[in-house]
Amino acid sequence: MSASKRPNFLFQNLASKIASIPMILTATVIFVGCTLWTVAYSFTSSRLLPRWRWVGLDQYERLWNTDRWMISINNLLLYGTLMMIFSLALGFFLAALLDQKIRGENVFRTIFLYPYALSFVVTGLTWQWLLNPDFGIQKLVRDMGWTTFEFAPLTNNEWAIYGVLLAGLWQGSGLVMVLMLAGLRGIDQDVWKAARVDGIPNWKIYLYIVLPMMRPIFVTAVVLVATGIIKIFDLIVAQTDGGPGLSTEVPAKYVYDMMFSSQNLGQGFAASTTMLLVVLVIIIPWSFYEFAGRHNAK
Amino acid sequence: MQNEFTGPRGPKPRSIFRLSNLIVYGTILLLAIYYLAPLYVMLVTSMKSMAEVRLSNVFALPIKVTFDPWFKAWSSACTGLKCEGLMGGFLNSLFITVPSVIVSIAVASVNGYALANWPYRGANIFFTILIFGAFVPYQLMLYPIVIILRELGVFGDLAGLVIVHSIFGMPILTLIFRNYFSSLPAELFKAARIDGAGFWGIFFKVMIPMSSPILVVAIILQVTGIWNDFLFGIVYTRPEAYPMTVQLNNIVNSTYGEKEYNVNMAATIITGLVPLTIYFISGKLFVRGIAAGAVKG
Repeated sequence: MSASKRPNFLFQNLASKIASIPMILTATVIFVGCTLWTVAYSFTSSRLLPRWRWVGLDQYERLWNTDRWMISINNLLLYGTLMMIFSLALGFFLAALLDQKIRGENVFRTIFLYPYALSFVVTGLTWQWLLNPDFGIQKLVRDMGWTTFEFAPLTNNEWAIYGVLLAGLWQGSGLVMVLMLAGLRGIDQDVWKAARVDGIPNWKIYLYIVLPMMRPIFVTAVVLVATGIIKIFDLIVAQTDGGPGLSTEVPAKYVYDMMFSSQNLGQGFAASTTMLLVVLVIIIPWSFYEFAGRHNAK
Repeated sequence: MQNEFTGPRGPKPRSIFRLSNLIVYGTILLLAIYYLAPLYVMLVTSMKSMAEVRLSNVFALPIKVTFDPWFKAWSSACTGLKCEGLMGGFLNSLFITVPSVIVSIAVASVNGYALANWPYRGANIFFTILIFGAFVPYQLMLYPIVIILRELGVFGDLAGLVIVHSIFGMPILTLIFRNYFSSLPAELFKAARIDGAGFWGIFFKVMIPMSSPILVVAIILQVTGIWNDFLFGIVYTRPEAYPMTVQLNNIVNSTYGEKEYNVNMAATIITGLVPLTIYFISGKLFVRGIAAGAVKG
């Protein structure tokens, strides 16, 4: 929609340009500027205040020699892998179930999605209570007569991250379900008819025909879940505060603690720059897929 | 196979008593327990006395229903040495959420309108940066924004937090407004142009009156998002202005004194009540808000 032609293109659509100043500032100053600033200062020895004292890769060397960071990265990988697999699987499974023309579809959809409306803090605190060894699920089963039953992941170094996973899945799988359900409903009805004429059982249709057709939805879901995983912070703070010991520490929490309580800005900057690299590894292939793919389609 | 054109388009309908149906319903009900159990446990725990909490397990129904934990959570639960309950946090969250929602939506709707109807050279470059910026972890921008807010003299103030929420809400909101305004018939815009309306005239007299569906979606998205925020709350506010989520965490994870689980659970529910209410009232619109965020234009 081209506006009236005026001689000077700088003043063309002037009102529109003025109205876009907040967006332009956010895009350039905040998203590009602040990110580059942090990346640049990750090469300095800043501690309490940012100081431009170049130390090269020192911060990164220290970072990768810090146990807590290594634990955080390992936790993120473990939690991230499992969260990705389970939330996609569970989300797709829930969507396929709801797609069976069941009664009360709306009720069940509401039930599966409501945790997504809750904050991570509420999620973390609720699951902390549910997994409490003295009162929670463990106590319930023991009360029912199985007195040696053990289920207290949050008090166990090795299992704590799985306790967080239980909460994360509870909160986030509904989102995947909604996306998948929209995808399933978008599948051409003829595909179903054709497959059924051939006598293929339902589960096989889902697995071998419908699933491959929903690739774009899966890509969207993967990107959404992945960005959520990298940001994970409040859930950990509320549910375990990184404990027991360091067993549920994550990178975002490392960054926060370095910047705002340990007065070790340089470390925080280096750690967050590393997080950016992780995101780029996900985003770059996705954007090629997304934009190159769309280009071909048109 | 009646009803081919309406309703769910899954496999063919079956009679209710078939084995496969029992499996489907059984699985759904089992999964529903996983999703409902935490809410149920929060509710029953919050209505028990501490004596009862200690005696029973988390799933047991309260023998004697009491609402004292709710009152205590609201007005006298302790964070460290202060015992003022969640009320202050609730008010803080209210004072944070209302202006943040209004400002962020106002800014983003104008952005979306400018992008959709008044494109200028380079507009799409900024928009692309904005969308990609949404994927950059907040941790990279946290500290520089502290500096910017301090320079502007609004660090720790409500105004600072409103700016922060407007910034981070901008990518998704701009996207949904741009897509919505692009989907409106172009004739409307042209007709208004011929009638001599300008940028703001068309925005206020033509676009805004037509955008109530997308406004509702944006409000749902922002109210729940900002209410649930924790990270910006602790980084950009002073302790006396902490939003509810931060105060809740401080109350429950406070290491002082004996743990009062019933009060903690009451506090947790109270904090979740606002987004939950919005979720249950808005129903399909909430889903549409998510879809708008997820399915890119």
